[in-house]
Amino acid sequence: MGITMTEQTRTTDSLNPVPSQKDDSAAIIRVEGMNKWYGDFHVLRNLNLNVRHGERIVICGPSGSGKSTFIRCINRLEEHQQGKIIVDNIELTDDIRHIDTVRREVGMVFQHFNLFPHLTVLENCCLSPIWVRKLPRKEAEATAMEYLERVRIPEQASKFPGQLSGGQQQRVAIARALCMKPKIMLFDEPTSALDPEMIKEVLDVMIELAGSGMTMICVTHEMGFAKTVADRVIFMDGGEIVEEAPPHEFFTNPQEPRTRKFLEQILQH
Amino acid sequence: MAEPMLKPPKIAISPITWVRQNLFSGWYNTLLTLVVGYLLVVGVGPVFSWLFFDATFLGSEPSDCTGTGACWLFISERLNFFIYGFYPDDLQWRVDVMFGLLALSFVPQFIERFPGRKWFGLFGLTGLPVVGYFLVPGGNFGLEVVESSKWGGLMLTLILAYIGILASLPIGIVLALGRRSEMPIIRGICVVFIEVWRAVPLITVLFMASVMLPLFLPDGMNFEKLMRALIGITLWQSAYMAEVIRGGLQAIPRGQYEAADALGLGYWKKTGLIILPQALKMVIPGIVNTFISLFKDTTLVLIIGLFDILGTVQSTITDPAWQNVAIEGYVFVAFCFWVFCFGISRYSQNLERKLDTGHRT
Repeated sequence: MGITMTEQTRTTDSLNPVPSQKDDSAAIIRVEGMNKWYGDFHVLRNLNLNVRHGERIVICGPSGSGKSTFIRCINRLEEHQQGKIIVDNIELTDDIRHIDTVRREVGMVFQHFNLFPHLTVLENCCLSPIWVRKLPRKEAEATAMEYLERVRIPEQASKFPGQLSGGQQQRVAIARALCMKPKIMLFDEPTSALDPEMIKEVLDVMIELAGSGMTMICVTHEMGFAKTVADRVIFMDGGEIVEEAPPHEFFTNPQEPRTRKFLEQILQH
Repeated sequence: MAEPMLKPPKIAISPITWVRQNLFSGWYNTLLTLVVGYLLVVGVGPVFSWLFFDATFLGSEPSDCTGTGACWLFISERLNFFIYGFYPDDLQWRVDVMFGLLALSFVPQFIERFPGRKWFGLFGLTGLPVVGYFLVPGGNFGLEVVESSKWGGLMLTLILAYIGILASLPIGIVLALGRRSEMPIIRGICVVFIEVWRAVPLITVLFMASVMLPLFLPDGMNFEKLMRALIGITLWQSAYMAEVIRGGLQAIPRGQYEAADALGLGYWKKTGLIILPQALKMVIPGIVNTFISLFKDTTLVLIIGLFDILGTVQSTITDPAWQNVAIEGYVFVAFCFWVFCFGISRYSQNLERKLDTGHRT
């Protein structure tokens, strides 16, 4: 029965009117032959990836595989040395104006939250809309409260990040990124620094966000999350994309030995 | 059944218990307490006698000082000189106005619930120097000119310290940011500036400012000696300030820069809104340390012939009319410096507490 379901999903997927990965025109993120070195160390090797509007992608892989570095290249927190990255029709080059334009449209959530400790939760959320989007304060605050409600912590708006739990801080960080009304959200291991009992509250928010049609790329080890929301799961190892498949296929029938080994290791306990 | 709530144990201790526990808890502690107590009485007692009990407070002539203690008449009689230097008597109200404004700006900062104290402080940092610029030297608005060579005493000390502190902080911030810049030319200029000025003693800077600088300036262009000293002190101080602030900048976790970048904040917004507020807060103790040491270093202007408070006192204690008043004079100077430096220190601690948002990254 379960297998039939998988077959069906796969069939509908391929019949889906949404353009296939090969059609570049609909891709909001295009990565072509991208390479990156740290000194002599070749961290990212010939990466290719197209992400469609509204697509949800989970990247997993062992530590040191380059997955964080990869998504940090997408908003140019890291530079790439070869190949092309085109986000929302803007190619990322050294041109600082292009970088700033891309960053306005790409929200990012970090492993260690990186909230601004000297500002309240509300100020954290309003800062960028006010200073970058030039919204009036009133409007920015209203939007911020709306998103704080969506991540279910409006009552913490006037507190400082240091007074919140890890899970709450991460939800504020998600709200802060959303306040810029980005087209794409990047998540860099958003639950890895959290205590186990707080992981769910953050994942719930992310699942809800995925349901709203946001384009998401998420580096995570939460395989349950990947199964629930991902359109595609990408497995990276040694700076390469080793395997790329819809979650059912990825978890039930991985093609590459390296993927199988990784899945065995993380799913065993 | 839930256990009844346990009350925390009482830890309030009566003074007698405290004394017994801490000072007389054994024969050796009792002995130590008695010995130290005896030394305190023998050592500190005479100091107090000299300062207060045997001191002369009333009178007006050197001959009124008959006691064995301090002769405070020396201070009270020459106080005018110690505060204003040679500033003309009938114009001293101008300086008094400045003292008043200074107090008005900063005394409210110590009172938690003072309404609008932020604005008073802001005036102290912006308006006060402007008012002082017109009021103290005169020359505008029908005010009689008082040349800077007549300024002296506490007034001069405060002018030097205040302007040095006020100007060196922004210059220091710019230098610190420049030293961390990715642009090699800017970084190079800042590194050279900081390393040159910081490696030179203040005395050398002051000598250079008063003796050498006029030689390099074109004819007819001549700053007053005070102005030259001020520029020297400010630049010298800003090199120190830059390194203190750089320490703060380096302590900001990389994640803060990345989060600001990811939100699309450009360099100046990122620096002004995210990095500097945190970095400056972190190095308040270092900044205040630098302020206090500058405040005291202003006494070095004595060697280029400016009479700050120490200079005025020192020139007066050689006055043949007053005999053996050197100690009184120096104690007075020390006390004046202590009052101001302690005030700065208390205020900074107050500020640290207020700015603490309880976050540790």
